[in-house]
Amino acid sequence: MREFAYSRAGDLEEAGRLAEEQAGRFIAGGTNLLDLMKLEVETPKALVDVSRLPLGEISPTEDGGLRIGAMVTNADLAADQTVRRDYPVLSRALLAGASGQLRNKATTGGNLLQRTRCYYFYETSAPCNKRNPGSGCAALDGFNRIHAILGTSDQCIATHPSDMAVAMLALDASVETRLPDGGSRTIALKNFHRLPGQTPEVESNLQPGELITSVVLPPPPKGRHIYRKVRDRASYAFALVSVAAIVAVENGKIASARLAFGGLAHKPWRDRAVEEALIGQEPSEALFEEAADLLLKEAAGHGHNDFKIPLGRRTLIAVLSEATKEAAQ
Amino acid sequence: MITLTVNDTVHELDLDPRTSLLDALRDHLALTGTKKGCDHGQCGACTVLVNGRRINSCLTLAIMHEGDAVTTIEGLGTPEALHPMQASFLDHDGFQCGYCTPGQIVSALGMLDEFRAGWPSHVSESLDGGTELSDEEISERMSGNICRCSAYPNIVHAIRAARDERADKGESEERT
Repeated sequence: MREFAYSRAGDLEEAGRLAEEQAGRFIAGGTNLLDLMKLEVETPKALVDVSRLPLGEISPTEDGGLRIGAMVTNADLAADQTVRRDYPVLSRALLAGASGQLRNKATTGGNLLQRTRCYYFYETSAPCNKRNPGSGCAALDGFNRIHAILGTSDQCIATHPSDMAVAMLALDASVETRLPDGGSRTIALKNFHRLPGQTPEVESNLQPGELITSVVLPPPPKGRHIYRKVRDRASYAFALVSVAAIVAVENGKIASARLAFGGLAHKPWRDRAVEEALIGQEPSEALFEEAADLLLKEAAGHGHNDFKIPLGRRTLIAVLSEATKEAAQ
Repeated sequence: MITLTVNDTVHELDLDPRTSLLDALRDHLALTGTKKGCDHGQCGACTVLVNGRRINSCLTLAIMHEGDAVTTIEGLGTPEALHPMQASFLDHDGFQCGYCTPGQIVSALGMLDEFRAGWPSHVSESLDGGTELSDEEISERMSGNICRCSAYPNIVHAIRAARDERADKGESEERT
């Protein structure tokens, strides 16, 4: 691990000042950042410890939603009674991710900012446009079983590894931040992560020194909440494909559908055209096939990950069948 | 200098900021019961309790834990007076080589506290916390601890037996 200067921020203002003065990186749970620093994939000159900032609360918002402090751990968020009752898709997504030990350390803000698990991003001797812009992408013609099939570019085919963010995207979450100049802003989660394009090293729309302070969920949406994760082993593995679904059926027709996908793209993926094709329709296998066609019409495999196209199709159809099962009976 | 509280003892340490909590325990405090397996948070051999919660000590900096209460395997029992979870791993042959065992035992204690707090898991039918601690639940909740010898069946037996013994005695807290 390369040397770095360490400082602990006592409050938000100090966190912003330290990050600006030292061009430092924020560290909270550290489970991903320290792993990458050991491998020297990440080599920050300074770390600003924000883990003790008072951002550990989960509280109701005025409009009936929920504000989740950036330092709330994944374990506490999954176990929160309000989340379990009103946003079960989020509890399920969190519980499907990582291990008990990691969930006790990983934070809400950090989870959103975790880096890809692309093998070549981790392997410092390999070309990687995300780690070393301009060096090339070893995954394009390499081992790419875990890689993206939607929204890729000729520079990068990495996926975003989070389960939590997929559920939050289905829930229309937004991210509240503190800017380096002391101001604050709110970024819709759908506009938070970026596709790789020509700059895969830029993964979010945060500015340098901008700190996530909370994630806000709108009032809980009606319908069945499902998080289905398909992976290589039964526990403690990243998603090959995951689907977060919140689907409501009224009078035999789909009244609302929110669908977000993990494992398919450089960011949690949501496609409104798929949802619109379902709304107002009677649930049926043919309808779900049509939804899958829409989701995957631009999908492209790169060899080893070709299987994700049929897997994504089957997983979506299975989730929609489960979500509408009772209404169809 | 940083102050680190491990197993109720306060230590003053002069550490490079890069020192992981795991390396501080092993290399600076000679508490070598906590093992280094992968050093990347994948195997769980380094599991310790921080303020009662189980974490991977390899994936956190010692300097970030000033004022926290760290509990390692050495803080649970002694060879003469084993912690019931340690005794249960012996009784049920919950290991072969033993390298992952301290992490398994510490993780099991953290896991049982999480279960008693009503936390659901990925395999829980319902999120309401009213689940039984089945073998499937134990396996899922312990998936952050890898056993290279694959002693998993007896690890599950050992944890279940220690938990049943505690339930029989009606004990609520036996760690301290």
